[in-house]
Amino acid sequence: MSPIPANMPAQAPWILPSRGRVGMFCLIAAEAAIFTIFIVAYIFYLGKSVTGPTPRQVLEVPIFNTICLLSSSLTIHLAERALERGQIVPFRVLWFVTFALGAIFLGGTGLEWHRLIYTRGLTISTNLFGTTYYSLVGLHAFHVIVGLLGLGLVLALALASKLKQEHAARVGVFALYWHFVDAVWVVVFTVVYIIGR
Amino acid sequence: MASDSVPISGAIGLPKEAGSTWSETLHEWVITVDHKKLGLMYIGSALLFLVIGGIEAAIMRIQLAVPHAHFVSPEVFNRMFTMHGTTMIFFVAMTVLFGFGIYLVPLMIGTRDMAFPRLNAWGFWMSFFGGLLLYFSFIGGDGLYGAGSAPDVGWWAYAPLTSTAFSKGHSTDYWTIALLVAGFGTVATGVNLVTTIITMRCPGMTPGKMPLLAWMYLVMAGMLLFTITPLTAAQLMLMVDRYLGGHFFDTQAGGSAVIWMHFFWIFGHPEVYVLIIPAFAFISEIVPVFSRKPIFGYPIMVAATVAIGFVSMSVWAHHMFTVGMASYSNAFFVLTTMVVGIPTGIKIFNWLGTMWGGKIRYAVPMMFALGFLFQFLGAGLTGIMLGAAPFDWQLSGSYFVVAHFHYVIVGGILFSVFGAFYYWYPKMTGRMLNETLGKWHFWLFLIGFHLTFDTMHIPGILGMPRRIYTYEPGRGWELWNLIVSIGAIFQTVAILCFVVNLIWSYFRGRPAGNDPWDAWTLEWAVPSPPPAYNFAVIPEVRSRRPLWDAKHPEDPDWKYE
Repeated sequence: MSPIPANMPAQAPWILPSRGRVGMFCLIAAEAAIFTIFIVAYIFYLGKSVTGPTPRQVLEVPIFNTICLLSSSLTIHLAERALERGQIVPFRVLWFVTFALGAIFLGGTGLEWHRLIYTRGLTISTNLFGTTYYSLVGLHAFHVIVGLLGLGLVLALALASKLKQEHAARVGVFALYWHFVDAVWVVVFTVVYIIGR
Repeated sequence: MASDSVPISGAIGLPKEAGSTWSETLHEWVITVDHKKLGLMYIGSALLFLVIGGIEAAIMRIQLAVPHAHFVSPEVFNRMFTMHGTTMIFFVAMTVLFGFGIYLVPLMIGTRDMAFPRLNAWGFWMSFFGGLLLYFSFIGGDGLYGAGSAPDVGWWAYAPLTSTAFSKGHSTDYWTIALLVAGFGTVATGVNLVTTIITMRCPGMTPGKMPLLAWMYLVMAGMLLFTITPLTAAQLMLMVDRYLGGHFFDTQAGGSAVIWMHFFWIFGHPEVYVLIIPAFAFISEIVPVFSRKPIFGYPIMVAATVAIGFVSMSVWAHHMFTVGMASYSNAFFVLTTMVVGIPTGIKIFNWLGTMWGGKIRYAVPMMFALGFLFQFLGAGLTGIMLGAAPFDWQLSGSYFVVAHFHYVIVGGILFSVFGAFYYWYPKMTGRMLNETLGKWHFWLFLIGFHLTFDTMHIPGILGMPRRIYTYEPGRGWELWNLIVSIGAIFQTVAILCFVVNLIWSYFRGRPAGNDPWDAWTLEWAVPSPPPAYNFAVIPEVRSRRPLWDAKHPEDPDWKYE
């Protein structure tokens, strides 16, 4: 059927980039644009609230949380390497540690919000700071939740011994997303807790 | 022909059996993940919304045909222009361009489906249900408050019009959520198109040998990732304001109405290029085939497309000169707006260069392409006028602006989409569209278009503001508005010719064969309509015109490229 001649000289093998990785990078680019808009809004509205409280009065720098989230990037990387080499048990341990670190971060955010709402009286409708703060940090926390769902799914599959070395590339694609969630936190942390405070 | 029983990834639909019932056929289309079926469904839903959006336009033109008309109330008029704009941009233009894109891109790059077929189906259904949600507002918008029906805040929905104080009920929420939902589908399609074009090309198709259509869809899909998402973010903020009592756009609490404008136009202006780049893509395929010459200046075309992609991201505030920005902001956005005209001009010269000395065949696709070239140039010229801040201060918010962007969207994008219909319909259905009806369609639409949109500039210059539901006699606007409305009649009749042609030719059209236009890209190498698996054997290419190489083995392109 095809009139395209196939009798061409043998050439170098035709290799194109991985579908999953390109797709994930595209998704990350789109997500980065969403975060950019929220971060721009946060910076634009710094100090524009007409009533209190101000960030300096109520925000405490979540150092422990941040250390947990950022180190989970390292553990997920090590887990990925372990899976590539076929070491399933170290993979399970490292993956569980990643999941736990992410969960600690999310729990920490929950405690922080509980303190802000019930002790400090800052809600999303209190003032402009509350609106921008809960939106930006909440958007990030939402991405952590999605990440934890993914991490949990992989963990469940790993514990059920369904995950094998051949799945390393796919797990690697998911790890890209988790790295992105961590990288965004670096920016959010800098803007909200350092510049904005 | 290879056996139909070969299992092909991505094509889960069973081969159509003779005598399949109506419900089986419907089921097959609903569950499909085949890029060709989804492409046709995109196009079909776009045609449906085109008719609805067209009816809304007709209602507005009847109301404005004479002064002091009472055809519709002011409230209904507000709903009509809001729904017309939102429908035409998000559920007609984007949708039809996606339809052609996901139908053609895998065929043209020589693969069997999109990179993520299920995501492809998901994207379609999100977009489609987004559109249905928008129209559900007509019956569901009253909500608990008994106020409002369809959205009436204009398609750019400026704050504070969208605040709960001024927009009671749920009409604005339907607008927000419909665009949010459709936006998720759009981003999914953007991800899918970029990934497909980067990772699924057939052997030998290096970036320099990709058809221009694939290149342009790559740029357009890449832009989608960065342009739809700011709108998504802004809509989320609006939801926070309306439902959670936030203050993003609440000026009384220190918020800013101007930042909504910025966020909206950071989406809104690149969006124009998201729409026009696929139109360029169709023209770049049609003009060479009907001029019997390869495209003139292929690398420059690619470079110009990429340049437009970048520069168009930094021109948005030329929609906001009258807001009162700082003078250096005005200067910056005037400058970038002028700069984006340069690569666009290069493209026009390249199409002219392609036609120069060619053996031009005046078939219907080529006629629409020529109409596009002429009208897009005109649209670009008024664009340069409005891009100069002092001129814009005078005419911003007038009918001159309405005329300008309809010149772009109807005269440019819609003409090229019609060209694409006449060019690729034979591939999609296996039958040619009728040439006589096609010529009627072209000429009636051309006359109607120029009657409406050439004339529409004049009341704008005479001071007629956009979005007014009626006007007084004696301002010198009556005759112009009447002519504008008469043009709409011609356009309606032309669209009827087109719809009749689509239906009649599907059953009675001349069989097309694989390659009715003697074209050069890979989609013409497969049967019309293509089988579910597209290519029995994945092709290998050595030049930009693989079918030319196959038809002319004595003088193939790859010797010169």
